Amino acid sequence: MIERTISVRGPIHPLWVRLTHWSNALAVLIMVTSGWRIYNASPLFHFRFADQLTLGGWLAGAIQWHFAAMWLLAVNGLVYLSLNVLSGRLRRKFLPVTPGAFYRDLNAALRGRLSHADPSRYNGVQRAAYLFAMLDILLLVLSGLVLWKSVQFPLLRELLGGYDTARYVHFFAMTALAGFVAGHLAMAALVPRTVLTMIRGH
Amino acid sequence: MGKILSQPDREAIVAEAVERLAVPERRLFLKRSLSLGGLALLTGCDLTDAKGVEAALSRISRFNDRVQAWLFDPDRLAPTYPESMITRPFPFNAYYGEDQVPQVNPETFRLEVAGLVADRRAWTLAALRALPQSDQITRHICVEGWSAVGRWGGVPFRLFLQRVGADLSAKYVGFKCLDGYYTSIDMPTALHPQTILALTYDGDTLPPRYGFPMKLRIPTKLGYKNPKHIQAIFVTNSYPGGYWEDQGYNWFGGS
Repeated sequence: MIERTISVRGPIHPLWVRLTHWSNALAVLIMVTSGWRIYNASPLFHFRFADQLTLGGWLAGAIQWHFAAMWLLAVNGLVYLSLNVLSGRLRRKFLPVTPGAFYRDLNAALRGRLSHADPSRYNGVQRAAYLFAMLDILLLVLSGLVLWKSVQFPLLRELLGGYDTARYVHFFAMTALAGFVAGHLAMAALVPRTVLTMIRGH
Repeated sequence: MGKILSQPDREAIVAEAVERLAVPERRLFLKRSLSLGGLALLTGCDLTDAKGVEAALSRISRFNDRVQAWLFDPDRLAPTYPESMITRPFPFNAYYGEDQVPQVNPETFRLEVAGLVADRRAWTLAALRALPQSDQITRHICVEGWSAVGRWGGVPFRLFLQRVGADLSAKYVGFKCLDGYYTSIDMPTALHPQTILALTYDGDTLPPRYGFPMKLRIPTKLGYKNPKHIQAIFVTNSYPGGYWEDQGYNWFGGS
């Protein structure tokens, strides 16, 4: 019976969403931990990331990981965004995102009164948070392109304020993404059913 | 130092020593567990095959070399800066201390030219200075992330390669340096209009700390692709590698 229900309504998260979600999680994990090691080679601020939290062992190893996982991040991200836009899912699930709904649902969430009765519908905070994650990763990719290829992408370089400024943009976008991940993991821990949904689809 | 340690002191010292001894071991364990985690991420199954992971990462790095060669536009110029933006003092950077910088006698120095070139005669500094010179204020970007703006002057490298009758369809130009450093670059970058065989820094003879007698200045590449203290230049079709590149740094290493 359960299977029939699923086949009629379809899974909450189609297979391609689940696959791209976990591929993206892996790519972000590698990019962030190897990125911390690269940061340590020439810190922007008066702190370093603990070596035990980083990936790559030394600068060259970290760069190899970073510039390998970038393909996974980019290709997977393009597949996700394309399918999201073409299938109409982006519009259906994430729009509209309004400040009113955001504050109302944030208030409810902070008081522990936000309902997760229907996991197929994203609330205002989720919509804003997931759209933010998409845009932030896009900013990470664009600022990363300036750092990797500052000569070949002059327009992008100027838009981001030059090579040195792009380093700060890249760093703060990473920090924002880490903040998103922290909140995302906390919410998943509070509502474990959402993790199952992202694995099984329903 | 004549003081005899009381019993509690002795115990405290021993306890602390034991704790300190334990720390590196713990660190090693953490490091291992993390690298195992890293391996698990990539292979998903074979946790012991560190060489396999390294080989896979190297293959992707070589793939990235090809992507970068394809992305490289031979006419696209690196940004240039006004004199007021020059970083002063420009940082010294090498894999050894400043006291170990090679000292070269400008009178006896000869630049050797080898490989796929028509004219293998060695060059004196005076002969190089007699060639047309060009000047640039560009940003030096280190693989570590930091950057600094400097001013270099010297012979456009394309012109030099033409003068020695180099095979401009060859794949690589390699460099051997007086400090044991070596590296190599792709021909399109060697022929880029901003790639110069730098003989001066900020208007004066290139000082030893910046690479006397000459440095290949390539504003489209990272610092480790800009060899200093060059002794020999060779043109070849067989991959020459490089000091850092052979240890895992990306070979193309350019922006």
